[in-house]
Formats: sequence, C-alpha cells, structure tokens
Amino acid sequence: MKLVIGIVRPEKANDVLEALYRADVRGVSMTKILGHGGELDRVETYRGTRVKVGLADKVRFEVAVSDEFVEPTIEALCEGGRTGEVGDGKIFVVPLERAVRIRTGETDHGAVTPVGAAR
Amino acid sequence: MTPEINAGDTAWMLAATALVLLMTPALGLFYAGLVREKNTLNTFMMCLAAIGVAVITWAVVGYSLAFDGDGPIVGGLGHAFLDGVTFEPRDGTTIPHILFMAFQATFCIITTALVAGAVVERMRFVPFLVFAALWSVLVYAVLAHWAFGGGWLQEQGTLDFAGGVPVEMGSGFSALAAALVVGARKDYGRQALLPHNAMYVLVGAGLLWFGWFGFNGGSGFSTDNAGVLGFVNTLLTPAVTLVTWFVLDLIRSRQVTAIGAATAVIVGCVAITPSAGFLSPGWAMVLGVVATFPCYAAIAWRPRTRVDETLDVLAAHGIAGLTGILFIGFFAQADWNGVADGLVFGDAAQLGEQALAAVVAPAYAFGMTWVLLKVLGALMPLRGPAREEAVGMDLVHHGEEAYPTGEGAILISTEAGVDERVPVAQPA
Repeated sequence: MKLVIGIVRPEKANDVLEALYRADVRGVSMTKILGHGGELDRVETYRGTRVKVGLADKVRFEVAVSDEFVEPTIEALCEGGRTGEVGDGKIFVVPLERAVRIRTGETDHGAVTPVGAAR
Repeated sequence: MTPEINAGDTAWMLAATALVLLMTPALGLFYAGLVREKNTLNTFMMCLAAIGVAVITWAVVGYSLAFDGDGPIVGGLGHAFLDGVTFEPRDGTTIPHILFMAFQATFCIITTALVAGAVVERMRFVPFLVFAALWSVLVYAVLAHWAFGGGWLQEQGTLDFAGGVPVEMGSGFSALAAALVVGARKDYGRQALLPHNAMYVLVGAGLLWFGWFGFNGGSGFSTDNAGVLGFVNTLLTPAVTLVTWFVLDLIRSRQVTAIGAATAVIVGCVAITPSAGFLSPGWAMVLGVVATFPCYAAIAWRPRTRVDETLDVLAAHGIAGLTGILFIGFFAQADWNGVADGLVFGDAAQLGEQALAAVVAPAYAFGMTWVLLKVLGALMPLRGPAREEAVGMDLVHHGEEAYPTGEGAILISTEAGVDERVPVAQPA
C-alpha cells in the first residue's frame, strides 16, 4: 500500500484526472496549492506596480493505492501532467501504514480498493 | 425648411446615448461571467477595446460610409473625419447632427463587442484589435447604411427600428463565421467549460436591459410616439421572454436556471430591437413568446455540434434578430406607428421586404467576416500555441489575473523606480 502524491500544473489537472480514470484508478483527492519548483518566475503588472509571482498555482493529487496500482498511478500522473517545460511538478510515493474505510470498517487492501472492483 | 433643434429631444438623446454606451461594459460583465476564471480579464478587455477601436473607426470613416448620402451599397466620404457633422439638426430629426453621430457610434461599438463572444478564450488580443477595426467598417457600417442610412434595404421599404439588420443579425452571423475560421477551443468537447461567475452574468444582463431603453427608446430620435412606443415595448417583450424561458426550462429539467434567465433577457431585448417602434404593445408581448422557441432550441442544439461559437451570439442575437425582423412583416400596425402595416393588417408586400433583409444581411455578415478573418489569419496568427490557451489569456496577453491572491507575490518595482530594499512578500 502506498500513498502517491502528485503535484501538477492546474491547467493539466483535468488531463491527469482523465488519465487516472483510464488507468482504472479511483479514490482520488485533489487540493489547490501554491508551490515553487524552480520554474521561471512570472511577472505581473498592476497600474505600474510590478510583482514577481514566486509561488505558482499548483494542484496536488493524493491517491492511496494497493501495490499493484502504484505503477499505473505514477504513469497516469506523468502522462496527464507532462508538458515538457520546467514546472511540470513531481510525484512522491510514500509507504502507507494503515487504511480504514469509514463506512464498513474494512482495512488496508479492502479499504483502498474501489467498491465493486475485482480484488 | 430645416426643422429647429428641439431641447426635449436633444436632452433625451444625450441620455439615451449614455445609456447605450453603458451596454458595452455590461456586455463585458455578462461575457466575463460566462468564461473560465483564467480568461475573465481578456474577455472584458475585448468589449472595452471595442469602445476604443470602434469610436475611432466610426469617426474617421464608418459614420460617413453609413450615413453620408444614399448610394445603394455604401454612403460617401463626405463626413469622413466628421467633416460637416455640426450642431445643425441632422436631416429628418430635431437633434444636432453631431449628437446623432454619437448615438449611432454607440451602436457600432456594442455590435463590434458582441462578435467577440464567438472567439473568446482563444483569439490573440492584437489580431482581435485589428479585426475589430476592420469589421466595424467593412461589416457594421455597410449594414447600417443598408438598413437605416439610406441604402438599398431602406429604399425598398424594409423596416428596422433599432438595428435588427446591422446590430443583431450582423453580429450573430459574423460570430458564426468567426467561430468557424478561428476554430474551437482546444478543450472544447473534452472538458466541462463552465461559467465561472453566474452573478456577473445576471448583473450584466440587468445592466444590458437598462441600457436597452436608450437603444430602442432613442431610436425614434425624439420624445414623440415612436420613441415612447419603443421604450415601452422594451419593457414588455423581454419580460414575456423571461417567463416563457422559465416554462421551457421547467419542462426540460424541472429547474429554472439563472444563466438561462440572463440569456432570456437578452433574447427578448434583441427580438424587440428591430420592431420596437412598429408593433402594438400587445403584439410586442406575443413576440416575446414567439422569439423564445427558436433561440432556446439553437442554444440547446449548438453545444452538440463541433462549432465552438463560445457565447452563443448566433442564437441570442442572430436568430432573435431575424425573428424580430420577420415579425414586423406580419404584425406591424400603421395604427400604432403611422408607418406601415404587416401581412395581418393588410399588406403582404411588407413581409416580402422583411424576408429579403432576413436573407441578405446574414449572408453578407457571414461572408464578409469569413473573408476578413481568412485574410487576417494569413498575415498574423489568430491564435497562440495550445499551451498559452491552457495557461489562460489573462496571463499571456495582459500579465494580470482577475483574482490575484497576492500570496507569494514579491514586489520588484514601483512607478517610482526599482525598489532597492530587500524584496518582501506583498500583503494580500
């Protein structure tokens, strides 16, 4: 069991969701965040005041998956999120100690497998 | 004998001109609410730009081509650079010629802004400015001359009170051509492209209706019966359209949508525009019902096609304008306007004259806009790369966001010059 964290461009968020869906990965949460990954700063101008927007809008996906889904999830995040420019984001894979489905009390593998999916 | 300037008429026309000018920022609000957050400013800017660009082209040559002389296709250049446009009354009116010009300028502005609705979220800003300048002369001024500048449609008896031909059909069918030439947004048909602020849409629609009282109420150029009838009909028709739209919404999905309501207000205002001074109040209310159906159907059908005419200018303006123009042919009533009767009141020929306009104006608007954008597209790219479209027009073309948070933004310089101090995070 792993927690896959993917940080991607907001404009690619929909492509990522599509890729995850096609890879049969369900159970996704998504958060809007601010971050900086070494890309060029964006300069904006408001009535003569120029500001450098150091932190860019990003979207963070968190996907808890059983071991056999780790690779498909990473592939989907890469495929959906890639533009080839600096600032495409990163993926972190973190070991997951326990998972509990609140409705049924199922734990671990059962908890991160979508309802109705083949186990 | 030239008539005298009438103070009451002039006062009303000054107010009406200001009311019509308000419609363009109102349209900006309406359109900006319908697009995605990242294109908010760009969409409003296209409307604002239309004010700047179209006022200039109108003063330089547009007004003259539309309203100087009575050549069949275009007017003359006698009023180019506003030559001879003075305080003397304009022929056939009791208001200063220069005020007549200003009132007509506001029509050219909003029509140019309307076409932007077809190409928002993807067309680059600079090509849009060039397009707006050329379109306001080649399409708007020509159609305005045909319909009410002494051109051939007016000569053969077509009635158009406040701009069904140049404004509504002109913008609607040009929008279709523009959408086809510029092409669909890259996400069209792949992602849900939702309005980002429904409140802007509603407020924009309300302000448009308010401005429309100047648009139709002013198109009698006086405070006499035609202007008053136009004003009152502008109250009646959109109200009926609104309620009819509610009923259709309820039948279709058992919910009454707000964006639909805003659209209904526009459709009602558009439908009464060509006919406002020619219909009895009763028939104006019937028009409110009649115009709802084709527009509702067109708006429901268009998203199922590959035509990304983004903000449905064709459905809300082109189709509604066409309905209004034809309606005159059936229900115009000389008892009310002293001008002409339609088919129902005994003059079948009027319907023929209206039908001709309903064929020719869309054909010209579509064809000319198509050619104009094809030529322009050969000279400069109309669209940026897909990546820029994904980032959004606001950042790419204006370097600003509609809703900046300020979090993570660092001050690098002010108008006073480069700040020598250690950069600090800007308070939100």
